[in-house]
Amino acid sequence: MTLLDTLSRRPAAAPADPGVAVRLAGVTKRFGDGPVVLDDISLTVDDGEFVCLLGASGCGKSTLLNLAAGLDVPTAGTVTLPGGRAALMFQESALLPWLTASQNVELALRLRGLGRRERRDRAAELLELVRLKDAGGKRVHELSGGMRQRVAMARALAQEASVLLMDEPFAALDAITRDVLHEELARLRTSQALTVVFVTHNVREAVRLGDRVVLLSSRPGRIAREYDIAIDTPRRIESPDVARLSVQITDDLRAEIRRHGGQT
Amino acid sequence: MTTTPSQQRPRAELPQDDLASLEAGLDALEAPVEARPSPLTRAVSSAWPPVVAVALMLGVWELVFRTGWKPSYALPSPADVGLVLVEQLRDGTLLDAIVVSITRGGLGFAVAVLIGTPLGLLVGRVGAVRRGIGPILSGLQSLPSVAWVPAAIIFFGLGEGAIYAVVLLGAVPSIANGMVSGIDQVPPLFLRVGRVLGARGLSAARFVLLPAVLPAYLAGLRQGWAFSWRSLMAAELIVSSPELGLGLGQLLDQGRLLNDMSLVFAGILGILVVGIAVELCLFAPLERRVLRRRGLLVGR
Repeated sequence: MTLLDTLSRRPAAAPADPGVAVRLAGVTKRFGDGPVVLDDISLTVDDGEFVCLLGASGCGKSTLLNLAAGLDVPTAGTVTLPGGRAALMFQESALLPWLTASQNVELALRLRGLGRRERRDRAAELLELVRLKDAGGKRVHELSGGMRQRVAMARALAQEASVLLMDEPFAALDAITRDVLHEELARLRTSQALTVVFVTHNVREAVRLGDRVVLLSSRPGRIAREYDIAIDTPRRIESPDVARLSVQITDDLRAEIRRHGGQT
Repeated sequence: MTTTPSQQRPRAELPQDDLASLEAGLDALEAPVEARPSPLTRAVSSAWPPVVAVALMLGVWELVFRTGWKPSYALPSPADVGLVLVEQLRDGTLLDAIVVSITRGGLGFAVAVLIGTPLGLLVGRVGAVRRGIGPILSGLQSLPSVAWVPAAIIFFGLGEGAIYAVVLLGAVPSIANGMVSGIDQVPPLFLRVGRVLGARGLSAARFVLLPAVLPAYLAGLRQGWAFSWRSLMAAELIVSSPELGLGLGQLLDQGRLLNDMSLVFAGILGILVVGIAVELCLFAPLERRVLRRRGLLVGR
């Protein structure tokens, strides 16, 4: 029994938290007797919001996403997803190599209980949405890194979850591909009215994409600062506005990292 | 965005069509190109090395025969063995023996699959079972199955029962161990993906675990067949009685009793040919197909 099971059994229309997609209240996590990984994190993500979690190594970003996805349970505090379910995208494409691109998307639909014809049509639609209409029959190893992440995105969209959690999804891509996928994600986010929690260690990426950037401190992971990104959309990663704010956030991030140098 | 085009900053972000064509270009540049040799090229390039190797072996054999190192009843020439082989094939003895042995081997292997598969799943997935019989199972794999023959004869008598018991004891551990090592090698990421997509329990096993295990399981089956065939020969050599059909192992034993080295060689060749044929016609193509689908066999 995971937290997600409990959550998904709640009526989806529970009016407890109108307009909220994810609410973390006083979430603390430690594994066994180990050090505290996340310390008293309280964070609310509104419906339709794009929040970037930013931090150095050891800030517990991935642990936080696992908690939100229901893959793990917090030691203390509560995680609530009023809309029900979360979809999760990983750094590696995590497509199943024995299936074609289209079958990977269809698997998500199948596990939601859709019929065969419906699955095929919906998968084709989703692949067209990420502009891979003609790549449906391709196997994973026949796709480039960027194409794999777009298939993974289509698969995540197929879950029709209330929030899309992304764990450094573009970190393994080259700069050109990453830039194109930023644009693709920004487009999908608007056209599909997505709620996104995006974990990254790339400051510019966070500022380029997010409505809000949450800076986490490390060991234990705490919320250090939050920034509302008031830069007009559409944005580009090269723009001076993005650069200016990135400098400020990078300085804060470095200050957080320096605190760890003195103590052992 | 496309739905609300920004009038103030028209060039800040690419319009929809430009992004689409940009992505199409990037996909074309970056998608891996896989060169697959034609079936004919592959057949030719994979056929000539064994042909040359066999020719060389026959040459060396003939040479040693001509030195007169051993009397010809102990070391017949390739031609003598060839003659016996043709004779045995013509009067049907060899073919009958091959059919009898393949039937026993195939049936034994099939039953071993039916037992080994669930056993492997149980050992791989249930901690207590693994701690209990896991070490025994891997230990059994290193026990030569000939060692079971005396026990099987005492228990079942000189009959088919003894033969099948030895085959099963040889093959089941290999098949089960293939499954166990397959389960151990499943990348944890795939299991997490399954959970995120909502696969639990049986559906997780069906859609994620079992397909992920397939390559290692196939390797286990392949080894299981090799063990079945070997165990069968060991059993047939020792378990022979007039009521039993004449298998390849029994043919071999007959050759020994008659002091007929050519017949022994013909029997060995028969055993070898069946082993290689099953490998080449069944397991190799199956394995290649599974690996190619997963991109684990690029350019081969």
